[in-house]
Amino acid sequence: MTRIRFQQSLEDLKENLLVMAGLAEQAIQRAIEAYRVRDLSICDLVNRSEIAINRMERDIDQAALDLLAMEQPMAIDLRFILSVIKINADLERVGDAAKSISDRVRHMEQMAVADLPVDIPRMAALAADMVRKSLQSFIEADAELARGVLTMDDAVDSMNRAAYKSLTRVMEEQSHLAPQALNALMICRSLERVADHATNIAEDVIFWVQGADVRHRKSIAKAEARQVQ
Amino acid sequence: MGVGIEVQNLNAWYGNNHTLQDINLNIPANHATALIGPSGCGKSTFVRCLNRMHETNPIARVTGVVRIGELDIYSDAKPVEIRRRVGMVFQRPNPFPTMSIYDNVAAGLKLNGYSNKRSLDEIVERSLRNSALWEEVKDDLRKKSGASLSGGQQQRLCIARALAVDPEVLLMDEPASALDPVSTSKIEDLIFQLKSQYTIVIVTHNMQQAARVAEKTGFFLNGRMVEFDSTHKIFTNPSDKRTEDYITGRFG
Repeated sequence: MTRIRFQQSLEDLKENLLVMAGLAEQAIQRAIEAYRVRDLSICDLVNRSEIAINRMERDIDQAALDLLAMEQPMAIDLRFILSVIKINADLERVGDAAKSISDRVRHMEQMAVADLPVDIPRMAALAADMVRKSLQSFIEADAELARGVLTMDDAVDSMNRAAYKSLTRVMEEQSHLAPQALNALMICRSLERVADHATNIAEDVIFWVQGADVRHRKSIAKAEARQVQ
Repeated sequence: MGVGIEVQNLNAWYGNNHTLQDINLNIPANHATALIGPSGCGKSTFVRCLNRMHETNPIARVTGVVRIGELDIYSDAKPVEIRRRVGMVFQRPNPFPTMSIYDNVAAGLKLNGYSNKRSLDEIVERSLRNSALWEEVKDDLRKKSGASLSGGQQQRLCIARALAVDPEVLLMDEPASALDPVSTSKIEDLIFQLKSQYTIVIVTHNMQQAARVAEKTGFFLNGRMVEFDSTHKIFTNPSDKRTEDYITGRFG
């Protein structure tokens, strides 16, 4: 083994990203818990972790930039650093989504509890599972596990569409529940975003491990099919 | 114009040392092809087999086929003719120290019996322009010796000398490894321009250089060609684990 310091720096980078991942995963879980039990003290914890996540995002980007500039990495090392930079951005957005959910929870706390036709805990569990599995695929450099995450995104998208439908109907038909429905809709949107970020992370893991770019496959195939027609 | 190079079952020895083993590859015309690999892996021996320089060593031996365009260089041609068609630039610039800049460039032509002065002047100017040196030396062509130039200029002078005999292939054995970054950039820009007219094969230890100048890259290890593919593929996602381990510095 040569370039021992470089290899150590890559390990450090991975470790720091995992710390960041832990914070982001914890933030989204806390935000969901805050929604479930309507506890504003948990919202405070989410806000605090967002600040830590933002700070880590900058540190990790700087470390990755330094390695690109100083070490001129190649092949799997280059793909790893590029993936870290992108995963880093996605984790920061997961932190943003967690904060956005906790902000909605604060709003909802001031409103009467409403029984809305949407299963947010189920959607949240699925989105959190995607985040967990995408990060596990990163830890284990497991492209197959990452591919499994990609197949989960459709379910979250369809739950979000269903939530949009049912909640806009509530707004139309029971206008006194419109504020609660709007907040629930925004939480669903945040969870759908979280699932998208988990998908991005999984795609980056596949790129790192296998060198394959699997992004936007469906939309590109659709556009090409349209061109052929 | 450059021509393609076809190599079939090439083996080379120094005495009992089997330095190249069963090399097969096609080097495309008018492209730059980089050869990388650890010291002693056989890449320099390989390029020396492409213009029959290898056999100048009395204990060296070669088997196999090398075709430069249509020419089978180990059957159809004399070494001198091959070296005219396949120019070579070495790691350390080696201008003839006592000759003027002009005579350095014209040396190969004169050796081949070329004596028309006007035509020689034209070729010397064209060669120096093609090697991006003309503007720097045009006023001192006969006043200054080749050795009076800087290292980077000397290397471009050697490239001009190689180009003067109108080769089809240019072999470069670590042409910038003894140069500073600015001179290196000039050589790399030059390679980029020259490949439209010549087929270029460059041996380099500098992988960023290979990535910058070459469309194709071959990785040598222990006398064998481990992988030959587009430079993009080699440096972003090589097929062979040994290539990846080498370019990421995990061994060497």
